[in-house]
Amino acid sequence: MRAVWLFLCAAFVWLGTPLAQGVLPVPALTARVIDTTGTLDAIQLKGLDDKLAAFERDKGTQIAFLLVPSTLPEDISSYANRVANDWKIGRKGVGDGVLLVVAKNDRKVRIEVAKTLEGAVPDLAARQIIEQAITPNFRKDDYAAGLQAAAEMLIARINGEALPAPPAAKAQRNQGGGFDWMDLAIFLFIAVPVGGAVVRRILGRKIGSLAVGGGVGAIAMAITSSIAVAGVAGVVALLYTLLSGGMATGNSTGRRSALGGVLGGMAGGGWGSGGGGFSGGGSGGFGSGGGGDFGGGGASGDW
Amino acid sequence: MKRWLLCIATVLALTGCGYNDFQRLDEASKSAWSEVLNQYQRRADLIPNIVASVKGEANFEQETLTKVVEARARATSIQVTPETLNDPAAFQKFQQAQGELSSALSRLMVVSERYPDLKANKGFSDLRVQLEGTENRITVARNRYIATVQEYNVLSRSFPTNLTAMVFKYPPKPVFTVQNEAQISTPPQVDFGTKK
Repeated sequence: MRAVWLFLCAAFVWLGTPLAQGVLPVPALTARVIDTTGTLDAIQLKGLDDKLAAFERDKGTQIAFLLVPSTLPEDISSYANRVANDWKIGRKGVGDGVLLVVAKNDRKVRIEVAKTLEGAVPDLAARQIIEQAITPNFRKDDYAAGLQAAAEMLIARINGEALPAPPAAKAQRNQGGGFDWMDLAIFLFIAVPVGGAVVRRILGRKIGSLAVGGGVGAIAMAITSSIAVAGVAGVVALLYTLLSGGMATGNSTGRRSALGGVLGGMAGGGWGSGGGGFSGGGSGGFGSGGGGDFGGGGASGDW
Repeated sequence: MKRWLLCIATVLALTGCGYNDFQRLDEASKSAWSEVLNQYQRRADLIPNIVASVKGEANFEQETLTKVVEARARATSIQVTPETLNDPAAFQKFQQAQGELSSALSRLMVVSERYPDLKANKGFSDLRVQLEGTENRITVARNRYIATVQEYNVLSRSFPTNLTAMVFKYPPKPVFTVQNEAQISTPPQVDFGTKK
């Protein structure tokens, strides 16, 4: 019995180690184009990254390129699949991602396609992209041109597929012109109860309600530049503060109002930084959508 | 009152002893298995086209072709259901048939290299890409099945969940093994002589 037990322990140790050693580690996902070989210069990297970023803004699909010296001892297809499933590029709930891996010293390339896009980029199409865009350019040592052409062909293919529109485009439209009812509603639902409680405590119920109503009206006016909307918002805020004050006066305690103050501060801070976040979005680093599921679709090739 | 207590105790005992984990992992391994079958089916569907395009090539090695056709017939004649998973003998048989088909196909692909017309044939090279993709998908599906079954088997064997497994009959499931383990472990003999 003890011998069996020891054998099992040994077997587990033995089974565990080959998985941990030998194969290459998955690199951290820091950008759309990761080059560990130093083949591309900064301008080429930027050009590729901009192209892929623009496509993600328009269509939502995430495409990533990875250049490594070698994938040995693993096959390029299993390495690419491992990296892709680790990164999970592609939007959550949609799962539209493509990973292109170049193993420079092995002279091998692979396009790994997530399950969602296997219809848009079937194996044959992936193979075609490798044969027409990548192989001829890579043979001339023009890696940047090959990758650019591959990105264009991938984008053309995926553009033909009906995918859910990216949410980023909607937010930008809202930012550009007009005002967003959602923003106003969120503001009213969060800021008015919290801020109203604080103001009411400081100024008293009636004056406080008037102040909150007036303040909300002024803010709504500033956001929407519409007197009607500002008026409605102001009256709603005034009534809410007046009525909720009537209900809450009996049981409100000092601790509760302190909490309200803290919450109010937080809500105010969140509102302010929300505006900054919109303008800053899109120019930062690249994060995976976390929805890509890669079942081994795609094609490999060499040059 | 006593009956209620018994009910609650049973529920607590079942969740505590991994009963729900067994349900989850059993279902997960079944769906992973379905994916494996799905990809094998895809390969089986591809073969008639490959055979047809190879047949177009005059004086193609008939023996290789026949072997592929026969192996496919054998592989598709085996009925597989999710219940196959709980029958190691049937699983073994299925795996063996698919393994034979794999080796017959790879032999066919190697032999086809000798026919320049066939290599230049667009239809055939397209089929080749599709076959490659399918083999790759089979590998991924098998890997996922192995990973799910591993989790399930650990639960089924370790204490205290092995008691639950015993009572509700959740035996360890079979995983894929290599057919010719001894053959693979010995280094291959490379012979550059005239033997063909």
